[in-house]
Amino acid sequence: MKTVKAPIGVEGPGFFATSFDEVIGIARANSLWPLPFATSCCGIEFMATMGSHYDFGRFGAERLSFSPRQADVLMVMGTIAKKMAPVVRQVYEQMAEPRWVMAVGACASSGGIFDTYSVLQGIDEIVPVDIYVPGCPPRPEQIIDGFMQIQEMAKNESLRRRETEEYKKLLAKYEIV
Amino acid sequence: MTKISNNFLLEQLQSKFGDKILSYDEPHGMLTVVADPSINIEILEFLFQEPQLQYQFLTDVCGIHYPDQDLPLGVVYHLHSLANNHRVRFKFFLPDHNPHIRTASQLHAGANWMERETFDFYGIIFDGHPNLKRILNVDEMEVFPLRKEFPLEDPNRIDKQDKFFGR
Repeated sequence: MKTVKAPIGVEGPGFFATSFDEVIGIARANSLWPLPFATSCCGIEFMATMGSHYDFGRFGAERLSFSPRQADVLMVMGTIAKKMAPVVRQVYEQMAEPRWVMAVGACASSGGIFDTYSVLQGIDEIVPVDIYVPGCPPRPEQIIDGFMQIQEMAKNESLRRRETEEYKKLLAKYEIV
Repeated sequence: MTKISNNFLLEQLQSKFGDKILSYDEPHGMLTVVADPSINIEILEFLFQEPQLQYQFLTDVCGIHYPDQDLPLGVVYHLHSLANNHRVRFKFFLPDHNPHIRTASQLHAGANWMERETFDFYGIIFDGHPNLKRILNVDEMEVFPLRKEFPLEDPNRIDKQDKFFGR
């Protein structure tokens, strides 16, 4: 059985000492609540991912959050029409830090085959994206792989990444306060 | 089975509206009539009320754009007589500058959204429409995207630049 590896620390009889950075990183990584923003066929693949065969719950994502306020990962799966863009943006703005964004599939990543006046050419035009999952649509394994990359980020990032200069600059680029 | 023929309908229209019926055709067996846009509502009302005809179901309203024609913009009505199981198509051509035509929404309630869609994509103004504003596109859009002079592709897309394909 796969269990979470113990962080670097000092171990003795009856105690274990480590840093908050390590422990909180592990805790976050193994309890990420996704907010599925499913608009088309990638959403169907996500349903398969959540089902018993692929069992997304194994990665601490058992509990989907349909409110952005309690969500950690925004998973945008599907074509985002320009009329939908302000909605995605508002959902992102309502999420609390720390927050991550996954663009699942070709449409969310780049507009995909819909190179047209009415479709957003990738959600990175309106919100910062952490992970792009390629595919049209991607298989559940790919979605899981993308999610595991986010877990790695959550483990290894600074606990307050929102206070880093780089992150502030990124959000300023998108004019998100 | 169809209870009336294309010829019968055409004769009815020609005897009623005379030379306002500009031309007609039968692509795939469906009567298609091009008529003067000033009488669009009179035609729809006549077809609706005439007991022998009863074209009371408006299947579709849409626009078309043929940039090379003298009157490049068109409004197309598809009508269905449920009583006679017969369909007919009408086309009214308009200039591309300031195109006006009267609304059918008082006669057919279903025309309301279809005319808004036609306005949204082609900029055809339906006089007398109760709420003529965009329905499918974003409200901030400044162009009428299905007119041929506007490019279909999104200008923000960068991965289709020629240099990535060695052109």
